[in-house]
Amino acid sequence: MALLEVEDLTVRFYTEDGVVKATNNLSYRIEAGEHFGVVGESGAGKSVSSLAIMRLIEDPGVIESGEIRFKGQNLLELSAEEMRTIRGNEIAMIFQDAETALNPAYTVGEQIAEAVRHHMDLDDAAARDRAIEMLDSVGIPDAAERYSDYPHQFSGGMQQRAVIAMALSCDPDLIIADEPTTALDVTIEAQILELLEEVSETFDTAIQLITHDLGVVAEFCDRVMVMYAGHPVEIAAVDDLYYNPQHPYTVGLMSSIPRIGDTRDRLQTIPGRMPDLIENPPGCNFHPRCPYAEDVCARREPPLVNVETGDPADPINSDSQSAACLEHTGDLLEGLDYQVTVRGTDESTGDAASTDGGVSDE
Amino acid sequence: MSQQGTLHRPMGVSLMSSKEPLLRVEGLKKYYEAENDFLSQLLGRSKTVKAVDGVSLEIGEGETFGLVGESGCGKSTIGRTILQLEEPTAGSVYFRGQDITKLSSEELRNLRTEMQVIFQNPHSSLNPRLTVNDIIGEAFEIHDIGTESERDTRIKELLERVGLNASHANRYPHEFSGGQLQRIGIARALAVDPDFIVCDEPVSALDVSVQAQILNLLEDLQAEFGISYLFIAHDLSVVEHIADRIAVMYLGEIAEYGTPEELFTPPQHPYTEALLSAIPEADPRWDGNRIILEGTVPSPINPPSGCKFHTRCPKVIPPAGYALEQDEWRAILSLRTRIDNGNIPLDQFSGDIATAIREEYDIPDTIPADVDRILSEALEAVAVDDFERASSMLDKELETPCAVHNPAIRSTANGQVACHLFDDRYADGTVYPETTREAN
Ligand SMILES: Nc1ncnc2c1ncn2[C@@H]1O[C@H](COP(=O)(O)OP(=O)(O)OP(=O)(O)O)[C@@H](O)[C@H]1O
Ligand code: SF4
Ligand code: SF4
Ligand SMILES: [Mg+2]
Repeated sequence: MALLEVEDLTVRFYTEDGVVKATNNLSYRIEAGEHFGVVGESGAGKSVSSLAIMRLIEDPGVIESGEIRFKGQNLLELSAEEMRTIRGNEIAMIFQDAETALNPAYTVGEQIAEAVRHHMDLDDAAARDRAIEMLDSVGIPDAAERYSDYPHQFSGGMQQRAVIAMALSCDPDLIIADEPTTALDVTIEAQILELLEEVSETFDTAIQLITHDLGVVAEFCDRVMVMYAGHPVEIAAVDDLYYNPQHPYTVGLMSSIPRIGDTRDRLQTIPGRMPDLIENPPGCNFHPRCPYAEDVCARREPPLVNVETGDPADPINSDSQSAACLEHTGDLLEGLDYQVTVRGTDESTGDAASTDGGVSDE
Repeated sequence: MSQQGTLHRPMGVSLMSSKEPLLRVEGLKKYYEAENDFLSQLLGRSKTVKAVDGVSLEIGEGETFGLVGESGCGKSTIGRTILQLEEPTAGSVYFRGQDITKLSSEELRNLRTEMQVIFQNPHSSLNPRLTVNDIIGEAFEIHDIGTESERDTRIKELLERVGLNASHANRYPHEFSGGQLQRIGIARALAVDPDFIVCDEPVSALDVSVQAQILNLLEDLQAEFGISYLFIAHDLSVVEHIADRIAVMYLGEIAEYGTPEELFTPPQHPYTEALLSAIPEADPRWDGNRIILEGTVPSPINPPSGCKFHTRCPKVIPPAGYALEQDEWRAILSLRTRIDNGNIPLDQFSGDIATAIREEYDIPDTIPADVDRILSEALEAVAVDDFERASSMLDKELETPCAVHNPAIRSTANGQVACHLFDDRYADGTVYPETTREAN
């Protein structure tokens, strides 16, 4: 049994404009201490799936079906009270916008001490000491002094550190980090990622990292789920995802990022944009943008399958690479044909590492 | 202060020589008055934010000039000041040889047909109450260009050119996605057929696949119309992709500039090196060395002396005459910066204060005895709250050229760099008196 098992999670928002199918039959698992990445474009359903784990989906949103098993227990069956305990003590969340996660009316220290008092049953003085320790451990200089600063007196990077301190105060087993470094400069991003890395190593904390940044994923994650229009389109170990992607959307993402040292004049693009989640295209959601789309793609919805065997994927019990493209169920006439070039700026070789990601039948 | 050269060319002389670049910025400064409370106003202690502190650069016809740096380093201020949306505190901006900081408002308005801008956030930079037609057509109105039907035709052409549908002209901004809005912003900038466009973070709000579409569009337009861009971004890999030359900024000054190849070939300015190494590589097999800079960018209100990067530089030059390792010196210098700023909360330390301070600020216990003696003495002064004595003691005994002189931009084998490491005179850490410096 993994630390977290999400099975067939479906979330809908009943809005005036129509029903938003934010996540559809989402299944994945996260092991203790693992770094699991969720990538995709804006509106793909990344945040909704994380909020669902925390049971923070609000009206008009509904978790329609599925199970979210944390340490074997289905979170969707817990009472609100039990869920609060889990949220406080075992699963913590870090958001992109640290400023809104902190209450501007209280000092940063007080807010952490409050969280600590709550979880560890400490008196005021002990909670204060513990909070200072936490601030210090996330690299806030002069923690004792900064304890009494208000959030606005912290820079963006320091606010994010404070939020991490707060998340850590309960010694969680799982941290869900939604774009934790997107608002930060690269030099500060590097500091925060290093901090998260350290924390997770020291306490064996699992991290679900949601991001649109393929650099951050490559650096930080062990396994990755790619989402498109509310659907998981590929789940793979990070190395396979970059060197041997099996879904045309993943391939498109990989080739549209500018890489340092890359001499291409033009970037490859994915034409068009992601559909809104109210009116998804029929068949494969990606077909209007897919360079390999065939007639069948507009008719048949590709199931997520093991790319080796073509059998239905089992992302909870198996580590196999899986993708949702009709190529892997043998339904395409022409097949896929692409090459992926991952070029590191490793001076020692300076070579382009090139992998043939083509899966077309020769 | 900046020591960048300001070669004042006499005005009115050969304004359009073939050597004259499209845009030439010289010694540009933009200072803001920081918010002052009543008391400091009363005491005449107003504070100045030095957002741009002596920047010179040139942009040629059809060229893309990239400007990178962390938030708050002055990138956007340069863009706005070049466009004369803000008045420079000092320095000149020559457009086709003419100093545009001296134009009348009438002349400035005419200049807008040659210089345009595209902003980061298309949602907030396009008026939600206007149709796309009116947004793009606004410039025709202002500059009184064309007849009604000519304008309509032109707007449709522009929309098609940036990859939108001509039939979109009557829609409102809220009906478009971020990427589409950015295309509208580009069409608006193109409307007057400009020669120069400031692109201020034009793709940072966009998803990667859309970002690639917009970058390609900007490159196509440049190839077609010969437009020059000042391309401002915090994402070094985007800038590397699109720019012909790049300037790296730190705290209002240019640290280094050159072509992308020059910039990314070592040896580099230590800040460029750190910035580059911080970019997460989209390659899980990559295992390069990451340089983690300590702390954050200091406030531009009271920037560090000498080289503004010296408070964080991982290669800061050690003082002459001591056998200090780089990490030892880095730790001591950071502590010294704290002492200079009186930034050690003494009431938080207990027991032997000097020892506690060493521990709190990670001073290695390996530092050579002669340096250690100086440090001990200084910390004793700190312990009795005499920061001034501690500070002057450290400044005198352990000085580095990096904290004294602001490095001038100098040519190297790889572009131009403002760093004493590229100046042989400072190789052994000796701090030369200002007077021996070469005139620049
Ligand atoms: N409270 C809500 N009411 C209605 N629709 C919502 C609500 N929250 C999310 N949605 C919709 O659910 C879909 C998925 O949104 P989600 O926030 O998970 O995307 P995301 O992948 O996190 O995007 P981003 O990268 O922009 O953060 C979107 O279509 C969004 O508009
Ligand atoms: S199923 Fe068809 S449209 Fe969808 S990703 Fe595969 S080839 Fe493309
Ligand atoms: S001058 Fe000194 S502090 Fe500045 S970048 Fe060079 S080595 Fe670093
Ligand atoms: Mg989100």
